[in-house]
Amino acid sequence: MSRFIERYPFWSLLILIAIAFALWLVFATWPPGLEQAIGRKKVFLNAFFNGITLGGLYFLVASGFTLIFGLMRNVNLAHGSLYLFGGYLGYAVSNWTGSWLLSFIVAFVVVAGVGVLMQLLVFRHMEGQDIRQTMVTLGLSIVFADLMLWVWGGDFYQVATPAWLVGPVQLPFVTAVKSSGEAVYLLYPKVRLVIFAASVVIGVAMWLALNRTRIGMIVRAGVDDRDILAAMGVRIQIVFVVVFAFGAGLAGVAGVVGGTFQSIAPGEDIRFLLDSLVVVILGGMGSIPGAALGAVIVGLSEQLGAVYIPSYAIVLTFLIMVLVLAVRPQGLIAAR
Amino acid sequence: MALVQPRQSARERPAAFDLGHPAPWIVAIVALLLPLVSNSFFLSEIFGQTLILGVIALSLMFLAGCGGMVSLMQLTVAGFAGYMYAIFGVTGTHSVSLGWHWWLATPIALILATLFGTVGGALAVRTEGIYTIMITLAIGAAFYYFTNQNYAIFNGHTGINTISTPAFWGIDWRASLPFYYLTLVVAALCYFWVDYLIRAPFGLALQGVRDNPRRMAALGFHVNAHRVAAYAFAAFIAAIGGILQVWNYKQISPGSVSVDSAINVLIVAFVGGVGRPIGPFIGAFIFVLLRTFALDFLREIGLDGNRFRLLIGLGFLVIVFWSPDGVIGLWERWRRRGAPASARPAGGAHG
Repeated sequence: MSRFIERYPFWSLLILIAIAFALWLVFATWPPGLEQAIGRKKVFLNAFFNGITLGGLYFLVASGFTLIFGLMRNVNLAHGSLYLFGGYLGYAVSNWTGSWLLSFIVAFVVVAGVGVLMQLLVFRHMEGQDIRQTMVTLGLSIVFADLMLWVWGGDFYQVATPAWLVGPVQLPFVTAVKSSGEAVYLLYPKVRLVIFAASVVIGVAMWLALNRTRIGMIVRAGVDDRDILAAMGVRIQIVFVVVFAFGAGLAGVAGVVGGTFQSIAPGEDIRFLLDSLVVVILGGMGSIPGAALGAVIVGLSEQLGAVYIPSYAIVLTFLIMVLVLAVRPQGLIAAR
Repeated sequence: MALVQPRQSARERPAAFDLGHPAPWIVAIVALLLPLVSNSFFLSEIFGQTLILGVIALSLMFLAGCGGMVSLMQLTVAGFAGYMYAIFGVTGTHSVSLGWHWWLATPIALILATLFGTVGGALAVRTEGIYTIMITLAIGAAFYYFTNQNYAIFNGHTGINTISTPAFWGIDWRASLPFYYLTLVVAALCYFWVDYLIRAPFGLALQGVRDNPRRMAALGFHVNAHRVAAYAFAAFIAAIGGILQVWNYKQISPGSVSVDSAINVLIVAFVGGVGRPIGPFIGAFIFVLLRTFALDFLREIGLDGNRFRLLIGLGFLVIVFWSPDGVIGLWERWRRRGAPASARPAGGAHG
């Protein structure tokens, strides 16, 4: 961090000013001039929090994607399908048993199982041929998409939010001040905040597991040089299977989250694949902190864009990606 | 993996267009005389579609086979050209169209689409190898969502309808017979152009860049300039295909640039084989036949007719697994089955 400030004093200053301005926008009571220029603060705050919480969801999807890529050099274009499959499973389980938490467990285990099968039956046989692997994942994504369409049809599904998470919660952010001088606080859906908190916990746990445990050490060593790691006597194939299972399982969990947040339908797989791609291109391939930063940027730009420039929102996300590619092709927080 | 096995020497490469061989002549005569025996459904729905899809996939074949860059945005470039033609040309959607003549709208659309593809390529070459596929997929998907949500330029989900097509010399070029010959001539020109370029110094340098970029850089070639130039050329070819496509359908909507269709182009090129320019056309023919008749065929063998994409996906997986150089590779291996094992292409050895 301090090295970055030393090397790029100008950019650091600019980033600090931008963060300070964003914080001011969130915490301050907006002066009337600003409200007139860009609309009410409530709209902004809602879009802001939607963006951040959506970033949490994107992080869940993209972190598995980036982990698999970092270790195995495998661009898993079927990752969106795993997400969608997890969502359908979550819907089926929560509909059947009525338990929201159980649907997470089932989605994680089953989708991780699919990941294990993919690694054992397919990718193990074409190690080191990244373009061929990518084509296979593309073929698999078509097959999966059609199988899911076959089973679940083209309808929209929504995973029911459990009763203890329904309803808004009051946040200590002032959206407006009434003429009587009474402050109006932001009301925000509880479920989104809980899910965001959970994704932060998962992210931190992943970071700790990668940086503070023996397994994490093996995975990081594999990201750097898997041939040497294999030569050191580590059973690299088992590591591959475990990482693939974990990444796929995360996508499954994210599917349930997405099904609760939004809805599950054919085509969502492509959307989340695109988001994962942009997130990891932004953040840097194979980097978990990069995925977190990229996810928040993509989530914010999508939501703020949807509010302030509705018909060009996707272009905003895309322009950010182009900018990052132009300035830092390896991603904002590059793994290497 | 190398998409195309590097050939041992230039001499070993098959002659591009062997006039002494009967096969090209047969294909040419069949293609020219086809309208005599075929009804207009087959002419436009099967053969016209094959040629158009083949041209778009040809641009990917050039990039992937010659330059080693698997781009998923070739259909997006084609769709961009179609959209530009619709926006500048005369259409039934007056809110977005400028109503220019086709002879003005067509070159503008070609130029803009080529620019679009070149800029996309310039972005993609900033990173290496596998990232290309991700960045081009991101570009394609972003363009699809953009056309869907933007009404001011692209008329959103509805798209642009009743697009007028060229009519001159007293011929309506959209009528079934003239349009078939038009696409045939354009496709043939594109084919020979690509075929020539692969053997031209530029194509050879590009293959050098594909096989060993560092050595080419050491030899004084500007590696990225070659790659961007390849993207520009491929974008132009794809744009031609896109213009033909929009003339054919007379409408364009976000569905024409969807991610599924972009993946279809990749499937077409790789099923046919990216080693030779004829590959994409073979792939396109198989794909169009499947797309048209899969419904009846699946019903015939007692399955749900809607499982067309499953069939396509499984077929693609089979090809990727067992014959990385596509149908052409299968054919070549079959032809050389008697030859000693060392003469076989190494491509099929793994699996």
